[in-house]
Amino acid sequence: MASTLSAADVEVGTELPTRTFPIRRADLVKYCGASGDFNVIHWNERTAKAVGLPDVIAHGMFTMALAGRVVTEWAGDPGAVESYSVRFSRPVVVPDDDTGATLDVAGTVESVDGGRAVIALTATVEGNKVLMAAKAVVRLA
Amino acid sequence: MPVNRAFIGREYPASSSYEVGREHIRRFAEAIGDLSPAYLDPAAAQALGHPDVIAPPTFLTVLNFRFATEGPVADPELGLDYSLVVHGEQSFELHRPVRAGDVLTSVQTVTDIKDAGRNELIQTTTEITAADGERVATARSTIVSRGTAAPKES
Repeated sequence: MASTLSAADVEVGTELPTRTFPIRRADLVKYCGASGDFNVIHWNERTAKAVGLPDVIAHGMFTMALAGRVVTEWAGDPGAVESYSVRFSRPVVVPDDDTGATLDVAGTVESVDGGRAVIALTATVEGNKVLMAAKAVVRLA
Repeated sequence: MPVNRAFIGREYPASSSYEVGREHIRRFAEAIGDLSPAYLDPAAAQALGHPDVIAPPTFLTVLNFRFATEGPVADPELGLDYSLVVHGEQSFELHRPVRAGDVLTSVQTVTDIKDAGRNELIQTTTEITAADGERVATARSTIVSRGTAAPKES
C-alpha cells in the first residue's frame, strides 16, 4: 500500500505538521489495557519511586505511538509506513495532576529515494529529547 | 545481579497464534488517540486498498505482552527483575500492514545481552508471520536492566 502523497509532493526538507500531545495518568492506564503492558512503573508512583524513578513514567511504546501519529496522519494511509524505529533517550515522567506531561513532535523529510520518504522525527518534553534516532520510512504513491 | 548470558541465541516460538481482531485494533487506536478511518472502518480501509482495517505501526507490541509469560523475560533463569527494566530501543519493519483477521505466529530470539555502563542491554528480534506463511513484520527490541551489570574489575 502506498501513501496518499505522491513523490512529486515531497522533497528533502519538507516539514510535517507539528503536534503536541498531552500525556496524563489516565492515558497511561488506557495504554496499559490496550497494549497489555501493565508494568507497575507506568501506573504506581510508590513502585516507580522505590525503583529509583522520579515518578510514574510513560510507556516508551506509548511515546513512540504518539510520535508516529505525526507520520501516519501526514501519510494519509497509515499502511504506507514500512518501518519505524526509535531509541528511548529519557523517560517521560507523568505527574499525578490534570496536565501530565506534554510531548512535542516534529518531523522532517530527510531523504526521498525509490518512491520512499525517510522521515526524521524529534520528540521532546519541556525541550528535552525523549526519543533519539526516531525514523520512519513511508512509501509514496 | 547480572542477567544470564546463556540466553543469547535462544528462540522462543509463541505457544499459540494471535488472531488480530477489529475491536482490539480499535481499542489500541483509541488508546493512542489515533482515529484514522483505516483503523476503524473496513470500508475506509478497503478504499485505501487494504482487505480489512489495518493496525497502527506499533500495534505488534501487543504480542510481547500476550506471550509475556512464556518469553525469555519471564524465565526465572534469565534473572531479570522486571521492575528495573526500561525500554531502550524499538523498531518495526512492516513487510505489509497488520490487519484484522490476521492469524499471526511469532518467534522471538534473544540476539544479544551486553553491558552498557552499569546497565545491561537485552536485545531480541521477533519474526511475525501470517497463517499462510507470509512474512508480516520483524520487530527488534532492546530493553535495559538498570544497574545490574557485574561490577567491573579495576
